[in-house]
Amino acid sequence: MNTLAYLVPLFPLLGFLVNGLGRKSLSKSATGVIGSGVILASFVVSLLLFFDVKSHGATIATAFDFINGGSFKIPFAFQIDQLSSLFLLIITGIGFLIHLYSTAYMHEEESHHFARYFAYLNLFVFSMLLLVMGANYVIMFIGWEGVGLCSYLLIGYWFKNANYNYAAKKAFVMNRIGDLGFLLAVFWLLSKLGTVTYGDVFANYSKLSSADMTGITILLFVGAMGKSAQIPLYTWLPDAMAGPTPVSALIHAATMVTAGIYMIARSNVLYSHSEVAQNLVAIIGLATALFSATIAIKQNDIKKVLAYSTVSQLGYMFLGLGVGAYTGAVFHVMTHAFFKALLFLGAGSVIHAMHHEQDIRKMGGLKKKLPITHITFLMGCIAISGIPPFSGFFSKDEILAAAFAHNPVYWGLGVAGAAMTAFYMFRLYATTFLGTFRGTHEQEHHLHESPSAMTIPLIILAILSVIGGFVGIPELFVHDGHLLKSFLSPVITEQEHHIEHSTEYVLMGISVAVAAIAILFAISKYSKNPELGEPAGLGKILADKWYIDELYDAVIVKPLDALATFFKNIIEKSGIDGIVNGVGKLVTYSSRQLRLLQNGQVGGYILFMVLAMIVVVLIWVNDGYLYKMFTSLF
Amino acid sequence: MNATQIVFWFLSALALVSALMVLLSKNPVHSVLWLITVFFAISGHYILLNAQFLAIVNLIVYAGAIMVLFLFVIMLMNLNKQTEPQKNAWLKMAGAISGGCLLMILISLVKQANEITTKTARMKDGDIGLIGNLGKALFHDYVVPFEISSVLFLSAMVGAVVIGKKD
Amino acid sequence: MPIQYYIILSLALFCIGIVGVLTRRNAIIIFMCIELMLNAVNLLLVAFSKMHYAAAAVANKAATEGTEGQLFVFFIMVVAAAEVSVGLAIIVMMYRNIHSVDVSFLNRLKN
Repeated sequence: MNTLAYLVPLFPLLGFLVNGLGRKSLSKSATGVIGSGVILASFVVSLLLFFDVKSHGATIATAFDFINGGSFKIPFAFQIDQLSSLFLLIITGIGFLIHLYSTAYMHEEESHHFARYFAYLNLFVFSMLLLVMGANYVIMFIGWEGVGLCSYLLIGYWFKNANYNYAAKKAFVMNRIGDLGFLLAVFWLLSKLGTVTYGDVFANYSKLSSADMTGITILLFVGAMGKSAQIPLYTWLPDAMAGPTPVSALIHAATMVTAGIYMIARSNVLYSHSEVAQNLVAIIGLATALFSATIAIKQNDIKKVLAYSTVSQLGYMFLGLGVGAYTGAVFHVMTHAFFKALLFLGAGSVIHAMHHEQDIRKMGGLKKKLPITHITFLMGCIAISGIPPFSGFFSKDEILAAAFAHNPVYWGLGVAGAAMTAFYMFRLYATTFLGTFRGTHEQEHHLHESPSAMTIPLIILAILSVIGGFVGIPELFVHDGHLLKSFLSPVITEQEHHIEHSTEYVLMGISVAVAAIAILFAISKYSKNPELGEPAGLGKILADKWYIDELYDAVIVKPLDALATFFKNIIEKSGIDGIVNGVGKLVTYSSRQLRLLQNGQVGGYILFMVLAMIVVVLIWVNDGYLYKMFTSLF
Repeated sequence: MNATQIVFWFLSALALVSALMVLLSKNPVHSVLWLITVFFAISGHYILLNAQFLAIVNLIVYAGAIMVLFLFVIMLMNLNKQTEPQKNAWLKMAGAISGGCLLMILISLVKQANEITTKTARMKDGDIGLIGNLGKALFHDYVVPFEISSVLFLSAMVGAVVIGKKD
Repeated sequence: MPIQYYIILSLALFCIGIVGVLTRRNAIIIFMCIELMLNAVNLLLVAFSKMHYAAAAVANKAATEGTEGQLFVFFIMVVAAAEVSVGLAIIVMMYRNIHSVDVSFLNRLKN
């Protein structure tokens, strides 16, 4: 099975090379088949690996020594265990569906741009696979940077639009801030333990002092903040919606942004031993979940709502990690991947039908025109709102239960966030699909259901969103029903928490009831009278995203800009340029003077020869000061 | 102070004074004559060191041939005190001072060199400077350089003719 | 005689030659000063030759150490003779062209 592991990332890499190098000559259909086919092949191999892990346990496939220096050795190795094989399935499975969807969604692009798109997408999948398969933090970091790059390339895919390029740059720079934290954590680990291989690190964690442990875990979390869009580094994700919608579905909802969750879940041994870091993760996660949910309530761009919803859901995952419910977080990654991919692809289908109109105020009543999209989107909304027995219920409830055990306040805020989630999702649903159509006549005339290449992934994802939760039925309903927990138990050490069964029922009931009330309220409020005007008061603050972008602009960007201008105009122009020009002028001047020595008079040359002899003798005279000075140079 | 020493000092003084006079004479012909005096003094030193062959060769080649050639050229050009070009005083001063510095420094080097303080040059006797010994060495060990020097002479002769030819 | 005397005498002659080269403008005088320097070196070589002989002669009266030094002097004289013939030819040539033996006219090295 070792050799099979190499195949998983190899297929997308091949797809990237073929599509990328042959983009001028390959036809669109060939590109689509290659691009999707390689991911399907990866998926098949991942399935084989998954069942192998299930029956035989984890394996580590070492390819070669990546870095071999002095006392430490970093092998280029893949670790195929329960956690990574699960992520492999999510990445390749959902990745394949999105590739398939893209063949239809991107069909209007020119053929070489189409191939470029698939090349980037394949490269992304390759990097993501590297990220989850790596057996040490360095390989993870390679994949981590790779997905960041692909994210940048795909956000800026329509590079002729300057705003999209700006969004791409923003994502890249924000990620870079987080990456620095990750990198520092890796160096810290290397200096303290001399190894970055997961197995060795987790076996030797007790050698780390508690300060080291806290520092490393917080720095790792800074990396996760950047990649998984948590406060304060979240603002890039909503802007990342500039990319094509399938990209948003794959990268900025289902896979890449969960890399931070994966990393912390992978490092659960370290986090379990650092209470400070755990609390920080939980608080940041919870704050992000609530904060971005409030913003999502007032957004009118269909993709922006989903983007803020993603940020909010990622916050829930971090809350889960912070309170020690690692399995719950991973579970939520999985179900979230299903329903958020579904929602994004559904949104893409709507945008496709509306001819690239993204403002929900100009939609409405799409229920009849887009029946499949409507049904699947509705399923996604129910799932994300946490209504049983849809998948979101199980995963979110597991996190909330663990939060309650940790601190009831966390649970209360979490439920409030869940209510907001249900509210804004159904506001979105009601405004888009219910009521009457508010677009132009021409748009109404062209409204159509999307082709089957787009609806089939929607249907598959909808089914997964509905049934996906059954791999993690809580202990409450079925004894040993949590298949995921028992599957992941070898790699994840859960922090046990005990809640009375009666309490758990009550908690569950409250959260479901709150969500249901929010849903009914949203539908009744927005299906007939969607808000079309400009928001005012608090609504305006929310619609303008709490002015966080403006705050960052004023606090960080502007001063840095001013500093850079200062350096450019003062330090660079008069300081550095002055030195450089001064050296040049000095040389010019002194050579102009020295040129006078070359007067062509033989006598002058001989005079200098004699002087040079004197100097040479002076230097070499035995025991002379100059002699010692000279010899001490060598 | 024995006779050898007296002769040595006398010859040394003669050589130095004559050498200085070479520089100081305004008239080039006088310079040539003073230089011939220097060569005689040096030949005297050779005899004192019992290097009789070199003493004679020095007289014949330098004082005889070369200096006569110099004198011949000077007279050919009709150089005299009036036509003698003079450097300005500063440049003369600079030349003299730097030359003097070099002399001081080299002498201080010699003074510092411990390994030669006890060494002496053998005066008056020793056969190595005699023509028999030198001839044996020259035609045994140095016969090839000797022959090559004849090629050098040939080429110098050809060169002198080519350069001196009127276009 | 102690060898230092000869060395210092040679150095003095050599430096006088150098000063001559530095202070005179007449090409022929400069040339003569170069001859003077060559002779200073010759004298030193002969002195060193006898110094080596003196060291060897303590054990063996018929020693031939130092012969090479005197042969060197001989070859220097050979080369000097050749040099003088060519050098004087050049000076004559120069005089024919610029009607002077003043080296300061020869500043072509400048360009």
